[in-house]
Amino acid sequence: MAGISALDLARIQFAFTMSFHILFPAVTIGLASYLAVLELAWLKTKRQVYVDLYHFWLKIFAVMFGMGVVSGIVMAYQIGTNWSNMSAFAGSILGPVLAYEVLTAFFLEAGFLGVMLFGWHRVGPRLHFLATAMVAVGTLVSATWILAANSWMQTPQGYAIEGGRMVPSDWLAIIFNPSFPYRLLHMVVAAFLTTALIVGATGAWQLLRRRDNPAVRTMLSMAMWMLLLVAPIQAVIGDFHGLNTAKHQPAKLAAMEGHWQNTPGEAVGLKLFGIPDMEAETTRYALEVPHLGSLVLTHSWNGQFPGLKDFPKDERPNSLIVFWSFRLMVGLGLLMIALGAWSLWLRRGGRLFTTRAFLRAALWLGPAGLIAILAGWVTTEVGRQPWVVYGVLRTADAVSPHGALALALTLGIFVVSYFFVFGAGTVYVLRLMRKGPQHFALQRAPEGGPGQGRTPARPMSAADVGNDDEGTGEGIGPDGKGN
Amino acid sequence: MDIDTSVVWIVIIYFAVFMYVLLDGFDLGIGILFPFVKGKRERDTMMNTVAPVWDGNETWLVLGGEGLLAAFPVAYSIILSGLYLPLIFMLVGLVFRGVAFEFRFKAREGGRHLWDKAFIGGSVTAAFFQGVSLGAFLDGIAVSGHSYAGGALDWVAPFPILAGFGVIIAYTLLGSTWLIMRTEGELHERMIQVARPFALLLMAAIVVVSIWTPLRDPAVAERWFTFPNILYLAPVPVLVLLAFALLLGSLKGKPQRWPFVAALALVFLGYTGMAISIWPHIVPPSITIWEAASPPSSQEFALVGTLVILPVILAYTTWSYWVFRGKVKADAGYH
Repeated sequence: MAGISALDLARIQFAFTMSFHILFPAVTIGLASYLAVLELAWLKTKRQVYVDLYHFWLKIFAVMFGMGVVSGIVMAYQIGTNWSNMSAFAGSILGPVLAYEVLTAFFLEAGFLGVMLFGWHRVGPRLHFLATAMVAVGTLVSATWILAANSWMQTPQGYAIEGGRMVPSDWLAIIFNPSFPYRLLHMVVAAFLTTALIVGATGAWQLLRRRDNPAVRTMLSMAMWMLLLVAPIQAVIGDFHGLNTAKHQPAKLAAMEGHWQNTPGEAVGLKLFGIPDMEAETTRYALEVPHLGSLVLTHSWNGQFPGLKDFPKDERPNSLIVFWSFRLMVGLGLLMIALGAWSLWLRRGGRLFTTRAFLRAALWLGPAGLIAILAGWVTTEVGRQPWVVYGVLRTADAVSPHGALALALTLGIFVVSYFFVFGAGTVYVLRLMRKGPQHFALQRAPEGGPGQGRTPARPMSAADVGNDDEGTGEGIGPDGKGN
Repeated sequence: MDIDTSVVWIVIIYFAVFMYVLLDGFDLGIGILFPFVKGKRERDTMMNTVAPVWDGNETWLVLGGEGLLAAFPVAYSIILSGLYLPLIFMLVGLVFRGVAFEFRFKAREGGRHLWDKAFIGGSVTAAFFQGVSLGAFLDGIAVSGHSYAGGALDWVAPFPILAGFGVIIAYTLLGSTWLIMRTEGELHERMIQVARPFALLLMAAIVVVSIWTPLRDPAVAERWFTFPNILYLAPVPVLVLLAFALLLGSLKGKPQRWPFVAALALVFLGYTGMAISIWPHIVPPSITIWEAASPPSSQEFALVGTLVILPVILAYTTWSYWVFRGKVKADAGYH
């Protein structure tokens, strides 16, 4: 492995395990809230379609949540296994924040997950809704703490350095650090958007396969309302987040724009295309819209912001990567806004469920949220290099003292296992989506009747055993359940 | 503050890890026991006894880890980088074990055996490397200054390997006694048969560790066998013998709860004995809890929340167990 250092391997490993992990919470944050909404709608209206949809998405949620849990435990430990110098240096600050995440979020999710997944016939409807709501709250609380920790590493404050270690001096300043509110909103809204796109794509897929029923229509319609309302809001939040980055991490912003230097008195254009070259210190083949860079990033006609040449060479993030990851994210965001607008147009005249071109677009944009989230995180994480705690601790000084061989071995193990495990998980989720929502029988066989056990034998999962000749199965029937 | 927050924190972390060993112990034990039970229905039942709670059980491991980072960042840094490979192997084991809970029921008929194997392999791997990590930790971690100074394979030594098998045995016993309590019929009977030899094996492991540890480390011998410590600590081995007698006695006749209670007591006593041996070190043999501690502002900030929230967590976790109480039967509904 010529040219690849232990540091590179440690970074590749963290990026790999983190990228896989973030996809699952992104979906479960959105789905948990969606499930809470569906269950509430069912409690209020008692319409069968909501309970059918609830149990359909609950099964998918269960698989995604399981994958999120197991990939998340890896993350909790990788901070120490791969970045031990960082944990010793900044652990006094990161540790309590992460401990609060475990206490207020992970236990809450886990404690109520069992009842949410398996307790439908064991507790009353209101208590079951409470369990769903608690899981949803847990996912959001978790996002809050983890983004506080990440944001603090991006824009650290409220600390002192004593004896070669960071020591907390003001916890409120640490948690409510300058980039936290923007990053939190941006990520949570991204999770909602991602889920809306996945729910919409699943509905569109069913309709494209000529499986038209009220549940399918309801899910597509709900998803498109969400997209219509939230995608533009996300663009506004993103804009504020960008201004915040301009203020606190100007080198990152310069790299995102492939912007090298200012000409006195001249506005900055916005590059639509270009190949930033870190060696030559220029962006090749740049295609610019004059003044737009100034307008977007300084909200003024002739405003300037620092270029990469204003920073020492060893403090510049890789512009080639973040220039393009940022454009990928923004491009997908614009497509989401367009899809939402299209859905509104089609609602006039009731063509939403029958326009095949639209349904195909909704299907193809299904994974767009996931890709945009990855692109956004690549932008912000590569963009903060070479720092792991911005301006305080370099990534190169944060790494554990492992040899390249040990790291290459574990990286290999992670790559093979993750593709196998999460590949299989993806197949199972797609199978569930393909099968579509089924009728959920609210009435159960009388207690002690034939085939009734005393405790539920995995209602959600058991129903699927050997049953993928879709549509013929009972779906989420009460089989496998007893009391 | 008069209270030594480092002492409070080490107690909390011991408690979190103990809860983990206890709760995920029987979860992982069920995976280790899968090869002893061939039928699909029985295996379904075994899994269903823990399906609603395994995620919460595993969360205690995360609390132990993050608590360590919050209160003793130096120890977190040294232990996690020192035990790099065994911990990574354990985590990968937990990945395969964890997804099997869902995937096993989602796979087609022909693919299910794959997730049965993932469940078994993941459980055995996680249990073994937890033991190896524990053994290597007790064996002592090479430190220079405040960083790990050993090699990647320091854990490949007789004591950690023995500890790996010891933990497998302990978890199997926890798993089988849990199933005695939670199942009926043939599976129940089968688990009684399985529990007996594992009870004897665990006792043998406890005896070996109890003789080996003081022989290896004079400090441990001094802790246990000098006056007056020997008086204060005498109840530990006495209680071990009582718990063992209760375990064997309760496995005769028609056992329900008592074997599990006795197995818990054994694991608790073994765990406590280990804690007594290494006190007040957090990275044996060189770093004490006070040397590894984070500043008071960190320990106190995290402590306030922990002391308020932990009882609430215990309350709703207990509620969740209560909702799913009683015997679990394989359901005939979908056969």
